[in-house]
Amino acid sequence: MDDVKTPSSEERKSALSGLGTSRKRVEDARFTQGKGNYVDDIKLKGMLFGDFVRSPVAHAKIKKIDTAAALALPGVHAVLTAADLEPLGLHWMPTLAGDKQMVLADGKVLFQGQEVAFVVGDDRYAVSDGVALVEVEYDELPVVTDPFKAEMEDAPVLREDIADQKEGAHGPRRHPNHIFTWESGDKEGTNKVLDEAEVVADEMVYYHRTHPCPLETCGCVASMDKVNGKLTVWGTFQAPHAVRTVASLISSIPEHNIRIISPDIGGGFGNKVGVYPGYVCAIVASIVTGVPIKWVEDRMDNLMATAFARDYWMHGKISATKEGKITGLWCHTTADHGAFDACADPTKFPAGFMNICTGSYDIPVAYLAVDGVYTNKAPGGVAYRCSFRVTEASYFIERMIEVLALKLGMDSAELRSKNFIKKEQFPYTSALGWEYDSGDYHQAWDKALEAVNYKKLREDQAKQLELFKSGKSRKLIGIGLSHFTEIVGAGPVKNCDILGLGMFDACEIRIHPTGSAIARLGTISQGQGHATTFAQILASEIGIPASDITLEEGDTDTAPYGLGTYGSRSTPVAGAATAMAGRKIRAKAQMIAAYLLEVHDDDLEWDVDRFVVKGAPEKFKTMKEIAFASYNQAIPGVEPGLEAVSYYDPPNMTYPNGAYICVMEIDVDTGVSEIKKVYALDDCGTRINPMIIEGQVHGGLTEALAISMGQEIAYDEQGNVMTGTLMDFFVPTAWETPNYETDFTETPSPHHPIGAKGVGESPNVGGVSAFSNAVHDAFKSFGLTQAHMPHDHWRVWKIAKDLGLHN
Amino acid sequence: MIPSAFTFYKPDSIEKAVSIMKDFGDEARVIAGGHSLIPVMKQRLTDIKHLIDLSAIEELKGINISGKSITIGAMTTQVELITNENLFKTAPVIREASLQIADPQVRNLGTIGGNVANGDPANDMPGLMQLLDATYKLSGTNGLREVKAREFYDGAYFTAREDDEILISISFDAPIGGYAYEKQKRKIGDYATAAAGVILNVDNGVCSSASIALTNLSDTPVYCDEAVSMLTGKNIDDNLLSQATKSCVEQSDPVADQRGPVEFKKYVAGIVINKALKRAFERS
Ligand SMILES: Cc1cc2nc3c(=O)[nH]c(=O)nc-3n(C[C@H](O)[C@H](O)[C@H](O)COP(=O)(O)OP(=O)(O)OC[C@H]3O[C@@H](n4cnc5c(N)ncnc54)[C@H](O)[C@@H]3O)c2cc1C
Repeated sequence: MDDVKTPSSEERKSALSGLGTSRKRVEDARFTQGKGNYVDDIKLKGMLFGDFVRSPVAHAKIKKIDTAAALALPGVHAVLTAADLEPLGLHWMPTLAGDKQMVLADGKVLFQGQEVAFVVGDDRYAVSDGVALVEVEYDELPVVTDPFKAEMEDAPVLREDIADQKEGAHGPRRHPNHIFTWESGDKEGTNKVLDEAEVVADEMVYYHRTHPCPLETCGCVASMDKVNGKLTVWGTFQAPHAVRTVASLISSIPEHNIRIISPDIGGGFGNKVGVYPGYVCAIVASIVTGVPIKWVEDRMDNLMATAFARDYWMHGKISATKEGKITGLWCHTTADHGAFDACADPTKFPAGFMNICTGSYDIPVAYLAVDGVYTNKAPGGVAYRCSFRVTEASYFIERMIEVLALKLGMDSAELRSKNFIKKEQFPYTSALGWEYDSGDYHQAWDKALEAVNYKKLREDQAKQLELFKSGKSRKLIGIGLSHFTEIVGAGPVKNCDILGLGMFDACEIRIHPTGSAIARLGTISQGQGHATTFAQILASEIGIPASDITLEEGDTDTAPYGLGTYGSRSTPVAGAATAMAGRKIRAKAQMIAAYLLEVHDDDLEWDVDRFVVKGAPEKFKTMKEIAFASYNQAIPGVEPGLEAVSYYDPPNMTYPNGAYICVMEIDVDTGVSEIKKVYALDDCGTRINPMIIEGQVHGGLTEALAISMGQEIAYDEQGNVMTGTLMDFFVPTAWETPNYETDFTETPSPHHPIGAKGVGESPNVGGVSAFSNAVHDAFKSFGLTQAHMPHDHWRVWKIAKDLGLHN
Repeated sequence: MIPSAFTFYKPDSIEKAVSIMKDFGDEARVIAGGHSLIPVMKQRLTDIKHLIDLSAIEELKGINISGKSITIGAMTTQVELITNENLFKTAPVIREASLQIADPQVRNLGTIGGNVANGDPANDMPGLMQLLDATYKLSGTNGLREVKAREFYDGAYFTAREDDEILISISFDAPIGGYAYEKQKRKIGDYATAAAGVILNVDNGVCSSASIALTNLSDTPVYCDEAVSMLTGKNIDDNLLSQATKSCVEQSDPVADQRGPVEFKKYVAGIVINKALKRAFERS
């Protein structure tokens, strides 16, 4: 018989579409054909709709709520107010940050858009008419929108419910509007270094309030089955298991009787981590009415009431020697949390991982304090495409580096290079206590500077400056540099939990008899492409083609417990669990193969998709054969079947990093800027799917562009939201989006099973600094040190005006 | 974002539409492309009980050019204004301005009639119609009448149109000379931070006629008569254009919004107007 030619290892490897392959996204077939299944696509028999009466004012006592006219309207079934929820103990709910939040206004409202009553009716139309008929009498109170005025002696007390509480969830409170003080690092040591330093730069850096604004707003369908006592909730949940546990704890429905399902999610970016009043009201309304209830926000609700991001006033001092060696960093942050502290941070970290603010630099001593305060604004403070407060931290240090460079009269690229943590210093423990896993910042930086021809860029900039000064042009060029280090993959259970739930994650794999497989995870994709990339991790681990592996997430009745997807944690944590579960499968497969080949386990070696007898390459068993054998052979001492589950508690965070450079041309008269170049080099460790990485980088850069150049949630002094629609809330279209050049270095994480670090959020973190620094850089020769974002036309114009550049 | 209930009508003649309007007075409203009206209805900023769709009325559609006289039906969409080659040949400023309105999706439905009748100072076409010295033809219970665009706007959303009147068509003479419509906005789909239209007719360096109009720089579109008389009959040079610019800015009266404070808007208005003047001059 003719030999059938066995494909080479390389050929078999490429047939798997495993790690490192730019495999096409398996999700896209349904998304690009409008066949996704989102919350609003769910239609159940007898389903009713619910929507909110929202407060038109920012701070008021509620004198009266009259629901009679609404209830009299045909099609309206119920109107819930705090008084209805109170007997159930559900008029308030705990927040993820250890505070509590009104589900429906309990005697007063604290921000514009706050949920006051929940109207339930036949359809959206009846409900909208009902909402319009609920009469609420407000007695307006003085409004606090400035976080620096919140703690003044005569400031109105916002949270009367806790006005006298001297102790909050995170330590002492010194004022009724004060939430917490969180400190990290060496205060005295840092002050001493600053006092004695040769050079100190001192600046207030504001990272304004913005919003993740996912394409799909938040919503849910709650269905209480009174026959079997089971509550099912489909919702836009970035952390379905945590929602199940929290729902059980606050409703006292036993956890096994709650099923949470996250169907397809149209973008989350942190906006869908928290628990919103809409979820609670839909659940209560379903229990009350006995039929399923749908609640879906509209765009204005989403921008006005669900979780905002940032709003950090970061006062910094950075010291250095005359030669530019950084000696210390000090930061005091005033954090505007709005009306309730509903930050989605690991519970022990009320300011998230803001203490990654030493960035990519070897800074010997540092101190950080964060004061959270209440204002009459919407609650939230979520990590908008960044790990907890990491983009704030990164923006802060990248601005401080620029400000210091100005003070030193030094090129900021050189200043960075001089202070980077060196390759040989990893694992590196920062002054604020984090252990950076790996990195080669100098390699990345040099590569980036060369790729953009940095020297030439500076020459071009100087030429343009000459043209400007001689009156031949009204444009300036700015070069924005940014080197970021993220801290993602929360996280080790020893210090990371949310409401007591350790932040591990899990993967469960079943291999079917014919050699295909299903894997279930505790995470949930919101567009990241998990079904594509996690199958690739497994393909490389267990030798089954990625296309033969189904990936399922988001159903708490079937998926193993995990803490969900945000903070770039899916690959670092669930991705690690996936690899580890795969390794368990392989270990068992090895035993089965040994039995089948009648050799000792140790006589086998793994070769892409099979176990081969050492020294006898013609003797092997493929995974496909082993899978079948696991179902039909009685192997002594080995259970039938081929399944594994891994709960992975990461030993450390991962630290993705990168070098971003933006070149921008700015018209000083109109404030209009034109992006000439964006170069983004990412080091996210092992690269699972380069195409998906590139897509993530493009998306994150576009959000960064939006945030730095115009996107904001603005309030006027009365606490009115000024940016409640997409006319004023900037979301770039293809037209505003520049071309991106992406690049990479690859420094695997030493503690992650496959060395991957996570990349989804890097471009937002690194991008904001690059864009903002470009604006600052354009004006630096005229003496600009700091101008707050967003850098929209009028604010850029104002910079030029204040510098005397207008005639 | 659900409007309150309304009765929907789709008459096929102007007479029928007018008679419905007569019956219901200010409770009735016509709808054209809906791209200004539907957003305010959804936010329940206006309560309309009777909505009259004009899209089945053929007489309201189309672009008619005879000699130098141009008539555009109120229901002509913005995309038609952009793609009509004859219109481009006779009045190219219309394409230049229309391309700067909103985005292609909005322009596919938005009409010239809805744009000018709305009375929103942020809309570009009212300014454009000042520039072209257009005449609006209205039909109501009391029959037909004509109103000059330069006399149509009383204040934001207040116009010379009576509640029972429908805008039928817009007519103007083909402009002569160089033209420009210049607009600064924050992004695609945004209204103007400041916008200006200019027509300059120049013979041997001397301006024989001119027109200048501004968008979103006051609570109505602004026709800059003072600047026009400064230019007319004069030798055009950079200096004169700067003086004219200054005069236009003085006639503007913008309000602060998320686009920026008044001082910024006035400054940018100056830049935009000057650019428009220069481009029109180059093209003259
Ligand atoms: C995102 C977005 C961005 C936009 N950006 C711009 C922009 O940059 N520049 C700009 O100019 N416009 C802009 N618009 C507005 C757009 O051009 C509208 O289409 C236009 O203003 C109104 O035209 P319409 O046909 O949609 O009118 P509708 O919305 O149907 O009607 C508007 C008003 O005019 C009345 N009306 C309509 N037709 C008549 C008639 N024949 N007689 C009497 N009354 C009538 C209606 O009753 C209503 O009060 C934007 C709109 C959107 C949604």
